[in-house]
Amino acid sequence: MLTRLLSGDTPRSGLLTVLLLIVLISLAFAPFLFPGTKSLETAARICIFIVLVASYDLLLGYSGIVSFAHTMFFGIGAYGTALALNTSGPSYGSLIWGTLAGALVAALFALAIGLFSLRVKAIFFAMVTLAVASAFAVFVSQMSWLTGGEDGLNYKIPRELTPAFKLVKEKVLGVRINGKLVAYYLVFFASAVLFLIMLRVVNSPFGRTLKAVRDNAFRAEAIGYRVVWYRTTATVLSAVMAALAGSLLAIWLRYTGPATTLSMEIMIDILLMVVIGGMGTLYGAVLGATLFILAQTYLQNLMGVAAEATSAVPLVSTLVAPERWLLWLGVLFILSVYFFPSGIVGRLRAGRA
Amino acid sequence: MADNLLTLSGVHTLIGPYHILQGVDLVVPEGGVTVLLGRNGAGKTTTLRTIMGLWNASQGEIRFDDHLITGLDTPDISRRGIAYVPEDMGVFTDLTVAENMTLAAANAPIDQKRLGWIKALFPPIGTFWNASAGTLSGGQKQMLSVARAVIEPRRLILIDEPTKGLAPAIIKAMTDALRELKETDTTILLVEQNFAMASTIGDTVAVMDDGRIIHSGVMRELAEDDAMQEKLMGLSLEAHQ
Amino acid sequence: MSETAIKPRIEKVPLREQFFQKLPVLLVPMLALLGLMAIGNPASWLTLTVAGLAMGMMIFIMASGLTVVFGLMDVINFGHGAFVAVGAFVGFTVLAWLAGWTASPSVMLNLAAVLIAILAAMVVTGLLGYAFERVIVMPVYGEHLKQILVTMGGLIVAQQMIYVVWGPDELHLSRPEAFQGSIVLGEAAIEKYRLVAVAIGLALFLAMRHILKNTKVGLLVRAGVENGEMVEALGYRIRRLFLIVFMTGSALAGLGGVMWGLYQETITAHMGSEIMVLVFIVVIIGGLGSVEGCFIGALLVGLLANYTAFLAPKVALISTIALMVAILMWRPQGIYPVVKAK
Repeated sequence: MLTRLLSGDTPRSGLLTVLLLIVLISLAFAPFLFPGTKSLETAARICIFIVLVASYDLLLGYSGIVSFAHTMFFGIGAYGTALALNTSGPSYGSLIWGTLAGALVAALFALAIGLFSLRVKAIFFAMVTLAVASAFAVFVSQMSWLTGGEDGLNYKIPRELTPAFKLVKEKVLGVRINGKLVAYYLVFFASAVLFLIMLRVVNSPFGRTLKAVRDNAFRAEAIGYRVVWYRTTATVLSAVMAALAGSLLAIWLRYTGPATTLSMEIMIDILLMVVIGGMGTLYGAVLGATLFILAQTYLQNLMGVAAEATSAVPLVSTLVAPERWLLWLGVLFILSVYFFPSGIVGRLRAGRA
Repeated sequence: MADNLLTLSGVHTLIGPYHILQGVDLVVPEGGVTVLLGRNGAGKTTTLRTIMGLWNASQGEIRFDDHLITGLDTPDISRRGIAYVPEDMGVFTDLTVAENMTLAAANAPIDQKRLGWIKALFPPIGTFWNASAGTLSGGQKQMLSVARAVIEPRRLILIDEPTKGLAPAIIKAMTDALRELKETDTTILLVEQNFAMASTIGDTVAVMDDGRIIHSGVMRELAEDDAMQEKLMGLSLEAHQ
Repeated sequence: MSETAIKPRIEKVPLREQFFQKLPVLLVPMLALLGLMAIGNPASWLTLTVAGLAMGMMIFIMASGLTVVFGLMDVINFGHGAFVAVGAFVGFTVLAWLAGWTASPSVMLNLAAVLIAILAAMVVTGLLGYAFERVIVMPVYGEHLKQILVTMGGLIVAQQMIYVVWGPDELHLSRPEAFQGSIVLGEAAIEKYRLVAVAIGLALFLAMRHILKNTKVGLLVRAGVENGEMVEALGYRIRRLFLIVFMTGSALAGLGGVMWGLYQETITAHMGSEIMVLVFIVVIIGGLGSVEGCFIGALLVGLLANYTAFLAPKVALISTIALMVAILMWRPQGIYPVVKAK
């Protein structure tokens, strides 16, 4: 039953299983295990980014395609939901049509870009997506009459998903059962379902063909697979998943702006999460996203301590300053690409033997 | 002093997952033309590319003038005096004929006397000296490619199917030129499918099949021995259709 | 030798085809003309055209190295933008040291200061290019996916190092006296600095063309772009050639960074990644590996960006994307597709 739920793709490593279970249980009971607004924010972010990173892995790891437009799709999903809620009021109807519209637009964009530039080399696709995504981000912040520009959009969501809504009068296990909690579980379950769908996709005949195309496009073409079709489909699928993750973010934050969805920084974060977690293993997305976001949230405090401790040494203290954590992640990233391209998951699985 | 200029012993070459050369033993005597025959896919081009260091031998030794050259980089092999005329001719079509020749003279400016000799050998080189190499015909490109290989004195020239796809008149011109080259102290290792041409110019011969040398000897003997030809060439032409 | 063998193969190229071959070169004046018609006012048009050409030249300087590096070794350096930013920061630092010279009314001192700043920036970015090639690019030759990832990683690290060395804030600097102000031509005001940028860009393009056409290194680069293997078989070390080209490209990016910085008078650690978007568009439009295509692409992008910034500021960047799409519809490999032997 469980194996079927995971589409037969079990973690295949004891330690990995344990880590994944820890993540799963922590996220499932986050509101009760880690009370407090900040930790709930972090947990929801982790859920959403697991979907986002896994959907990127569909491209990078499983199809060997480097795209820099993933945040664009993420943003399209978020803005779809946000605009719908903003313009036609905080109803479930507008939430649903906004989400669907976002996913549809993302799919169409991905289809256009894919058909347009996937015929050529991987490098070409990477460059085109980088240009298009940057232009899109600028465009969105220019269209302030619609998108709120740099400030983004604040909007209302259905009342049942806000803290104002009380499900139960009394606290349960010391936690207030309100709309925020409902929203969290919406995010959690939606993320889980999306993740399982992706797991199914990569373990389907389609997913296997995708890997064959990645490993040897020439051969796959010779055998008779339409390589461009497979790659484009993967791009579209990944874009739709990213858009849905964006919608979840829009619902969770009740705010959508360029900085939270479209920025190049987020794109880089996704890249780091995929590579450090492990390319071509969806579980890598889980570990990558979890570790990265925990580090982003908590490691900086730690580095702050290190910076204080070394404040007497001029250069070292700037190197370990909390704002410089991306420097070290960048170094870690380069080393991962060189030495363990299959990331943490690959390491754990190799260690099992 | 070895009288064999080039010796390959037990050379294996892998290209990706494919095991192309499976223990090639080949000797090229100093002076004269050695012809390498064999059907398509027998490993002739791979042999030349392996000698040139464009693919690395996974096993075995290649000796040139008694020095081990296996594992050297292509430029070093080239500078030891081996020139290469690839099957696709490797002409820089974006450059003019003159520029192609300038680059081919890797060690010093072009020797004008030698250039005069080459222009006599291959008249189109003179005629189209300032034309873009991309506008040359197939035969002219082939001539340019051979001309590049000999613009500086080389000890050994590897030539891969110089007559492929050319008109008979040009094949004759090419054969004449190679015969004249033979008269200089240049050794030639020639890959050829055209046995008629090969037999008129070759001194020694080696026949390849399935990544190995299956026959080697004096060209004249093979040319006169119809039964042997039948056996080897039949193998080349029919057995693997 | 038979006569048929040496018959020259001269084919009459039909006029129509000749026109299409020349078309790329004509695109720039055509776009300028279109701009004139759309803008209407010749004075504003002239100002914008000079601004566009200046921007185009600067982008060309930054993009040229990238495109040659790709042509030669099939390497696209996503971290190229780091050289732009580092160049700008080094240049600004030097100019700040030479504040006495830049503030002086003497044109010679101004020029000397800028030259020293440019030189310093180019040396530093050239050396950085050396390190980048050896440490980051060399281990992943031939693996495109890793190449993209690793050079992107290099960009992150380089940007962070800029923060470490120069601090997190953006830097401001005024242009030296001699480069400030405008020349008034009829009703059009043209910033002096833009003319300087156009002059430097043009000089560089001509120098580059000269080197590529008339020197042995240039011939080797062109030959290597087409067929690197054959260049090696002729006895040249293409790796060393590549390293030289990579370092030159990095140094040019550094030069572009200083020029861009002086143009904007403000620089940030992220300026590199922002400009890279334009650089990529230009390189794609021009045809990966083609210097001439890159030049035309840069001018087109520069002009279009300035015209649209005047006509419809909100769609400036989108318009360059539209240009890229249009060009790719016409020529899927860019204006001048590079001939590859394989």
